[in-house]
Amino acid sequence: MTRARQNANISPAVGRNMIINGAMNVAQRSSSVAGIGAAAGYFTLDRWLIDTANSAGRLTMSQTADGPNGISANCIKLDCTTADTSIAASEYFLLAQNIEGQNLQRIGKGVAGAKQVTISFYVKASAAFDFVVEFFDSDNSRHCCKLFSTTTDWTRVEFVVPADEDDGSSPFDDDNATSGRLFFWLHAGTTFTGGTLATAWANNTNANRAAGIDSFFSSTDNNFFITGVQMEVGPVATDFEQEEISTTLSKCQRYFQQLGGSYGAFDGMFSGNATGTDLLFVTTNSKITMRAAPTFTLGGGVSNHRYAQGGSDVQPTSIVADQVKLNSFTLKVAHNGQVTSGNAARLFNNGTDGFYNFDAEL
Amino acid sequence: MENNMNITTAQYNAGIDGKNSSVQATIDGQEVSVPLDPANRHYAEILRQVEAGTLTIADAD
Repeated sequence: MTRARQNANISPAVGRNMIINGAMNVAQRSSSVAGIGAAAGYFTLDRWLIDTANSAGRLTMSQTADGPNGISANCIKLDCTTADTSIAASEYFLLAQNIEGQNLQRIGKGVAGAKQVTISFYVKASAAFDFVVEFFDSDNSRHCCKLFSTTTDWTRVEFVVPADEDDGSSPFDDDNATSGRLFFWLHAGTTFTGGTLATAWANNTNANRAAGIDSFFSSTDNNFFITGVQMEVGPVATDFEQEEISTTLSKCQRYFQQLGGSYGAFDGMFSGNATGTDLLFVTTNSKITMRAAPTFTLGGGVSNHRYAQGGSDVQPTSIVADQVKLNSFTLKVAHNGQVTSGNAARLFNNGTDGFYNFDAEL
Repeated sequence: MENNMNITTAQYNAGIDGKNSSVQATIDGQEVSVPLDPANRHYAEILRQVEAGTLTIADAD
């Protein structure tokens, strides 16, 4: 049987990749952020989480125009800027993607007939390192890991994760919460490295999660690059699934949307009315139904935003969320004594430093 | 692994009807408006810290 035919029997031709933005093409928040490491968070490329604790190591995370030819023109680059060679037991640093349970139902995990999963990715580094990729079942606290090695050239790593029927009654929850986590372990203390790597599915033991890894924070010379990340049902790493940018962006916007900012001045546009002499309530529709009600962040401070109602454009004194929902965002704009009740109004960013972020990430 | 958020301030925002509509919070040094949705990771963490007694949400102005 040819590989193409074999694959056709295992995964759908389109939509088989359970990882979003695996080609590292979408970076709505920023293309590069320096000084990362003090706290976990989403900093640059959509859907890719930096999860870290207790390390003094710091890095710059960038969307970089580099990738294996024909796979992707972009990758994540992690550049160590502060080394941490005194590794306390509880330290860790990971690159991760959290996956909704309802997007993992195809695996049938935790019950009879569970399927294998294959995780593949392209990776390189400034030197030879050993790191760990882990598939973590957060509904049932189980995990399966593989140690992989880097070189200075792009290499595809393939990790066939065994089927896991577990106790036969532990499926992934079919909901919008995190069920699966893909972790790349790049630095860890003995709490996570002190055991034997869990290369078969097992109930979670922290000491068995990152055994054998090197430290990304061993030197400021260290760089780590990754792209073409794919997770699919079956025992074969098929060719990385190419996707139109509009499709990837829409998938990402279920979790994060930015209006204004790099999209341009006047890109964020809300309309509404004044409800008194102090307040305006303005609304815009979500571009796509979000996973959950999103957290709102005003970018650039009020000096980069203006409202208009019955006259010239004016800077407000504050802008906060009122009703931010899955399909619409309503903001409360304040300017004490300066508005006329009942007037129609609009709100917008008056420069690229002003933006409106809506974050429903996992 | 869980996200460890440093939440230093939290106060309810009142909506157009005067009821609480969101929480204005400072999380990891950034001011954000958090909706009252337990599926939102920031609100879930606020609830967790309130339950643990390490965070109090102030009433709306």
